[in-house]
Amino acid sequence: MLEWLPEDVSPYGAEIDSLFYFIYYLTAAAFIVVTALMLIFLFVYRDRGDRRAAYTHGNTPLEIIWTIIPAMVFIGLGLASTSLWEDIKLVPPDTDTVVKVTGKQFNWEILYPGPDGEFDTADDKQVDNDIRVPAGEPIRVILASRDVIHSFFLPNLRFKQDTVPGREIIGWFQANKPGRYEIPCAELCGFGHSGMKGWLYALAPDEYQAWVDEQWPPPPPAAAAPEATAAATDVPDAPEAAAAETAPDMPEAAQTTAE
Amino acid sequence: MSDAGAVEAQEAHAHDAHHELGFIRTYIFSTDHKMIGRQFLFSSVLMLVIGGLLAMMMRWELAWPETPVPFTSWISEPFMYAEPEHGLYGAYMDPAFYNSLFTMHATIMIFFVVMPFMVGGFGNFLIPLMIGAGDMAFPVLNMLSFWTAVPAIVLILCSFFVEGGAAGGGWTMYASLSADATYGAGAQGVNLWIISLLILGFSSLMGSINYITTVINMRAPGMTWFRMPLVIWSLFVTAILLLLALPVLTAALGMLLFDRTMGTSFFLPAGGGEPLLWQHLFWFFGHPEVYILVLPAMGVTSDILSAFSRKPIFGYHAMAFSMIALAFLSWIVWGHHMFLSGMNPVLGTAFMLTTMVIAIPSAIKTFNWLGTLWGGTIRFTSPMLFALGFVSNFVIGGLSGIYMAVTPVDIFIHDTYFIVAHFHYVVAGIIFGMFAALYYWFPKLFGRMMNEPLGKLHFALTYIFFNCAFFPMHFLGVAGHMRRIYNPLQYEFLVDLQWWNVFITMSAFCLGASQLIFLFNFVWSLFAGKKAEDNPWQANTLEWTAPSPPPHGNFETVPTVYRGPYEYSSPLVQEDWLPQDRRLGPEAAAASH
Repeated sequence: MLEWLPEDVSPYGAEIDSLFYFIYYLTAAAFIVVTALMLIFLFVYRDRGDRRAAYTHGNTPLEIIWTIIPAMVFIGLGLASTSLWEDIKLVPPDTDTVVKVTGKQFNWEILYPGPDGEFDTADDKQVDNDIRVPAGEPIRVILASRDVIHSFFLPNLRFKQDTVPGREIIGWFQANKPGRYEIPCAELCGFGHSGMKGWLYALAPDEYQAWVDEQWPPPPPAAAAPEATAAATDVPDAPEAAAAETAPDMPEAAQTTAE
Repeated sequence: MSDAGAVEAQEAHAHDAHHELGFIRTYIFSTDHKMIGRQFLFSSVLMLVIGGLLAMMMRWELAWPETPVPFTSWISEPFMYAEPEHGLYGAYMDPAFYNSLFTMHATIMIFFVVMPFMVGGFGNFLIPLMIGAGDMAFPVLNMLSFWTAVPAIVLILCSFFVEGGAAGGGWTMYASLSADATYGAGAQGVNLWIISLLILGFSSLMGSINYITTVINMRAPGMTWFRMPLVIWSLFVTAILLLLALPVLTAALGMLLFDRTMGTSFFLPAGGGEPLLWQHLFWFFGHPEVYILVLPAMGVTSDILSAFSRKPIFGYHAMAFSMIALAFLSWIVWGHHMFLSGMNPVLGTAFMLTTMVIAIPSAIKTFNWLGTLWGGTIRFTSPMLFALGFVSNFVIGGLSGIYMAVTPVDIFIHDTYFIVAHFHYVVAGIIFGMFAALYYWFPKLFGRMMNEPLGKLHFALTYIFFNCAFFPMHFLGVAGHMRRIYNPLQYEFLVDLQWWNVFITMSAFCLGASQLIFLFNFVWSLFAGKKAEDNPWQANTLEWTAPSPPPHGNFETVPTVYRGPYEYSSPLVQEDWLPQDRRLGPEAAAASH
């Protein structure tokens, strides 16, 4: 199989990619047939001064054939791909993990609802350009824009959706493999369109939970001194890890903002 | 009734011919359709040079981002920033200026090159000559349609020089970016862009009314609908599309201008407007616009393939009806540009299916072109080579369109360079149709031949570098490379692809350089080309019975049409062409019907 598309880590990407490659082979075959016929005709029927061209105005059976066959292929392809489109667009999976992404010239504002699962409450947290999600779980994403149309693009997840001011558009994505994935803006949004990007961090479950606990520290247990001691022991490590992870992002964010 | 009208028009124009016109009335404010066609032609070639140069600047920046662009240090801040040590070599490009470059490149190429060249230039020149009329139905309106285009050209070029520079919202000028100057798509430049296109729209509407009236009312005796050359069918259908599509664009542009300058909120959600409304209005115009651009090139290709295969066009009626089908279907596919816009996904399915349907007449045209070559006696003249190049590139553009039509695949490739590749194969590929038309009708336009070896060299280089420049864009798109960014190196996942951008840029430079051969040939042949016979290609259509170049009034007597336009290699006559207006003996005439 050809490896032109970026690595896919999404649950439906393989189907999109299969559809892409199917169309590729179909159009490649059509191109080869048409081009070969054209070249053969150009060679065989070139004027050598010794032959009069055929006098024919057409051929109705041929017209019917090369109308019906493309019609069947095109309509069939359309109908066959409808179910995948509906699966992706109309049947979002159930999930409790939600994140809100607001496009703004020229950053992605990422808003997490916090433990209460509600936006516009005290425990919301907002950062620019970094999304952290658990790998292997569907994530509901609410897409909005503060100014102009942007387009939230996750190439490795085969996800793309415009963010339109005045609207909240709900989509979903899922990263099945832990990793760091780039989030460019795909729609022209002004002078800083080039370079507008964020990062998706798909974290293994324990890493994700650790990050959640870091952001929204669970309330300490009232009793049991030994556990308190253990918690105290853990504290020094978390800030260092967090700092290490976030530090490299600051220059990029600053650069993006400056641009 | 139409025949009588034609005769009256002929007599009126014959009367005009008896008056000597001065320089100004002959060359500047001419009402003769041939001169007006030449005026559109020359203005298009000028704008082609400008649009091409804008592309060169863009390509440099994409290949070698944030390096000095050669020969640009004369452009002042804030568009380019020169460093003293570079002297006159070049300057660094401001990102907003890059946005202006691709906006203006596309706007100029679509509205000021392809449309006026094919519709304005060849539409004006060919329609009366090929239907047997002495001029357009409304000669003064025709003159006005060109001179209304001139201020549009002036305004679009002036927009580079106003505060804030030219528009930078993309030729699609999506709201909200375009609807509020504070978002940075441009200040006065966008207003001038809007006003320029409004004015140009009126110019095109004048032309459309004239073309439709002329084709319906002024065909020569015997020129029935299905004896019309396919190029005339294509121009007629295109004129109808323009008549219906331009008012929608005009309304949208008007609303956009009001949002920008008068505090309305058609497209601004803060005031209750809807940004997607702009997209619906724009693409409702924009998709017919694609066919407004491509149908004349298809018509030209059909005429030239038939003439240089020396055989009748294969499936004339299928060809004519597929053009009509394309025009009709172009109205119901616009949403395929908006699958990911936030439009209801169920609508996406509907537009996917209508887009699949519109691929069918495109396939029909392709197979009928192959059918025309089949069994022909093919002469490889320059116009024939460019017509074949058009077919080849149209096939690629048509096939690449299927990917975008399939909604799940479009999730990935929308707004990537795959779209840019598709669009350039379809729309820039029309340039092959433009050159085919120019090489074919240059003898009739100017009374001289273009140099054939230079024409073939021009074709070979253009075809090679066109495909080297645009085919790799499919690869960039498949890898996810977004459009309208100026520095792909800002993205990790694109860094490894950058050598494709370098390759594309060098191919684009070579493609641009190849056009110098054409410009030289064009200008040289105007003055020093070999004198053209009346019918240098031994073709059948009526224009080849008029002198080269045709005088005012075109024909000494009103021609009578006895047959279709493509009776090449007919068994009724010894030679392999049989002009539409040649009267044969009684038996032959009866047989030909």
